[in-house]
Amino acid sequence: MSARILHIAKNTFREAVRDRVLYNLIAFALLLSGAAILVSQISIDIERLVVVNLGLTAISLFGVLIAIFIGIGLVSKEIEKRTLYTVLSRPVRRWEFIVGKFFGLAGTLVVNTLFMAIGVFGALLYVAHRFSRPDAWIFVALYFIILEFLIICSLSLLFSSFSSPLLSAVFAFSLFVIGSFANDLRGFAGVAHGFTRWFATAAAYLVPNFSTLNVISAVAHQQPLGAHLILQNTLYALFYTVAAMSGAVLIFERRNLK
Amino acid sequence: MSSRGRTTVLAASSLLVSITASVLSLRHIDQLHPTSPVEDVLYIGSPKMVKRASFGFDGLMACMYWTRTVQYFGHRHLNGEMSYNELAPLLEITTALDPNMMAPYQFGASFLAPAPPNGAGEPDRAIRLMQYGIEHNPNDWHLYYNLGFVYYTLKDYKQASATFARGSRVPNAHPFLKILAARMAEHTGDYSTARMLWSATFETSQDSHIRLNAIAHLRSLQVDEDVTNLQAAVTRFGERAGRLPSSMEELTAAEHLPGIPIDPDGKPYELSPEGRILVQNPDNFIFVTKGTPPGYKPPAFGRLRK
Amino acid sequence: MAAIEILGLEKTYMVGFWRKRPKRALEPLHLTVDEGEIFGFLGPNGAGKTTTLKLLMGLVFPTAGSARILGREWTDPQIKAQIGFLPEQPYFYDYLTAHELLDYYGQLSGVSAPDRRHRIPEVLSHVGLTDVKGIQLRKFSKGMLQRVGIAQAILHNPRLVFFDEPMSGLDPLGRREVRDLMEQLKREGKTVFFSTHILSDAEALCDRVAIIHKGMLRSVGAIEELTSTVQGKVEVVWQGTNVPAGVRVLSADCHVTGDTVRGIINENQQDAAIDALRRERMRLVSITPLRTSLETYFVEKLQVRCESTSENTVGAAAGTRV
Repeated sequence: MSARILHIAKNTFREAVRDRVLYNLIAFALLLSGAAILVSQISIDIERLVVVNLGLTAISLFGVLIAIFIGIGLVSKEIEKRTLYTVLSRPVRRWEFIVGKFFGLAGTLVVNTLFMAIGVFGALLYVAHRFSRPDAWIFVALYFIILEFLIICSLSLLFSSFSSPLLSAVFAFSLFVIGSFANDLRGFAGVAHGFTRWFATAAAYLVPNFSTLNVISAVAHQQPLGAHLILQNTLYALFYTVAAMSGAVLIFERRNLK
Repeated sequence: MSSRGRTTVLAASSLLVSITASVLSLRHIDQLHPTSPVEDVLYIGSPKMVKRASFGFDGLMACMYWTRTVQYFGHRHLNGEMSYNELAPLLEITTALDPNMMAPYQFGASFLAPAPPNGAGEPDRAIRLMQYGIEHNPNDWHLYYNLGFVYYTLKDYKQASATFARGSRVPNAHPFLKILAARMAEHTGDYSTARMLWSATFETSQDSHIRLNAIAHLRSLQVDEDVTNLQAAVTRFGERAGRLPSSMEELTAAEHLPGIPIDPDGKPYELSPEGRILVQNPDNFIFVTKGTPPGYKPPAFGRLRK
Repeated sequence: MAAIEILGLEKTYMVGFWRKRPKRALEPLHLTVDEGEIFGFLGPNGAGKTTTLKLLMGLVFPTAGSARILGREWTDPQIKAQIGFLPEQPYFYDYLTAHELLDYYGQLSGVSAPDRRHRIPEVLSHVGLTDVKGIQLRKFSKGMLQRVGIAQAILHNPRLVFFDEPMSGLDPLGRREVRDLMEQLKREGKTVFFSTHILSDAEALCDRVAIIHKGMLRSVGAIEELTSTVQGKVEVVWQGTNVPAGVRVLSADCHVTGDTVRGIINENQQDAAIDALRRERMRLVSITPLRTSLETYFVEKLQVRCESTSENTVGAAAGTRV
């Protein structure tokens, strides 16, 4: 891995920070502390459930929005503003640029998620007064959320490499929604017939399957998650990300920067 | 090869390999939790909560829940499972999200009330679901029909009759509701009444589960009716001859029938040495109450399939 | 060794919604730029200058042809460390300060950290940007951005620099500074390839120029060659309001403006003219050999094309009429 990728990633991270992306943490903190205070006063027994459900869902949604809205501009904005010219006229390969951008965005999201995770554990401590053993599964849920972000980042980049920011946003967001209901799509494929079945099955396997990465409810109900699931989900997310990134490189490599 | 060409080849092969690998790992994950997603859907069991959580996309969510319901039923049914615990909540959530969607009510009328393994065995919830439907769609006669049907299967003929009568007064109601209301008063046990109900269910529904269920009922009704008539013939024969008929041939000759009566599968009915009329494959008629050997238990598998 | 050898690079864009309509941006271009020279790439707006530069930078891919830069294939990523590029109307990451931007670019060009530390203030003062520490580029004026653009192009001490319209957005003082800078680069033994549509800049700086119009190369050569003296003519300017008879016999081409008179005469009659003026006690102001200005040449080059095409059309039209 070349040092240039690292430099590009660092600059992407710096851009996100200077564009005040991390300000979303304030909104998140307000949401979570509000919910924690409210829940601790009105409901018995389900405080933990609400905090974990709400906290993890918010982490996931905030992150997905950030990933999409930064991701879609990563390449197209640089082309449009011509900042790319002075980068690519240096000894930087095009694929290094794409990969560097990906790591920069992924890094931004990881840092963002870490801050939010601290918030969730804080709120949990506030309502439950102590941590219990099954709370450790929250780490797994967070890990899966980060895997989800990796996929979204790579998809946004993929779209950004050939389409306008607005279209990219539409594409990426649609895929996020479809992917969140991937298992329903699978179910639909199971009951369909003929061409529809074939098409739905292909679609069900090609869209990112975010349902398998979503274990928020299970974690909220303190259900354990198998090591095998963790491993397989990791592999799945990595393969999918690599596939989307390869597509992005493939497109960007042959693109004329008019 | 130029460095650009090399990158292209590498990226293309990495794309192929990783897409294949991602599909394979997804198939692997499927095996980790092979049950359909419906079970975990119901963490939110309360219809009100689901409605609130749907952020105004009620219609879409209703469709989604309806798909999940059908999937859930089909999945459990295919695996020959004996219980449908989530059926009632799924239907309630679906109808809470979209009270005007008719399919779930029809489905509920057919499968909520009957005892397992033919249904969820929750007659009270079936009645509540239909009443909820009528509340929101007072001008749809189908719902009165469905509710009356549930009462009928529960053998509450008085309520059934009243419900059919109410339904017959709805504008554009199907004329048979009036007939059904009248029949409930007198001819409740008649095969013709039952046949009328199941035929109506078959004709008014598009759902394959409901239609198959109705066909199975109609076929079993046919057998029940045939067996009843033939058994009566055996009795008449005994009264006349002072003995049991020795064979079906003898019985049909005595009754002046054109041939040996056959069941809906085309198989002739049989006569046991004890003078009982038997259907050859009772497993093919899962709702039969007559014509089965002593101690017969209906099969658990493949109930609705022909 | 040639710094740049362009071997038939050409570019056709596909335009329209379905990208089916071809649009020729650059006809096959053959051009050689020697090492150590300042080469001007001239042409009106939309002539294909920027397309050529983008092709050389690998930003767009040619329809056909190739090029060699500093003796290597132009697609070789290694050569990128030895060239600098200033795009037209450059724009940079506006959330960075000039120092951060140059630091980032230095990293990408493989300049070591200690080198970056002393080189960045050096190039910034070189382009006349001092006191910009801590100011984000979003606060920079157009002229300042142009200077940052030049700074980033020469930051890594490249052997060859490409400037696309380097003077645009600069005030007269700034233009002068950039001219000086380019001359200094030449003194340092570097090759400068710059595009412009402003002829005086090219005339003042370039060893050689190429003129491109409508995607086609019209002419290449040293400034002196292109603007060769008009066969044996000199311009004589003196103070006065009349043309003495001794001069009049030499030249019919005299103009009186205010209290100066300008006459064009043959070179070999220059002495006779001076004698005639001296006899009339008129004050001689200047005698200069006449040259075509680059501008005249340029306009001529572009017009020849137009006229010849229009002539052709007329001819063709006449032909059909007959």
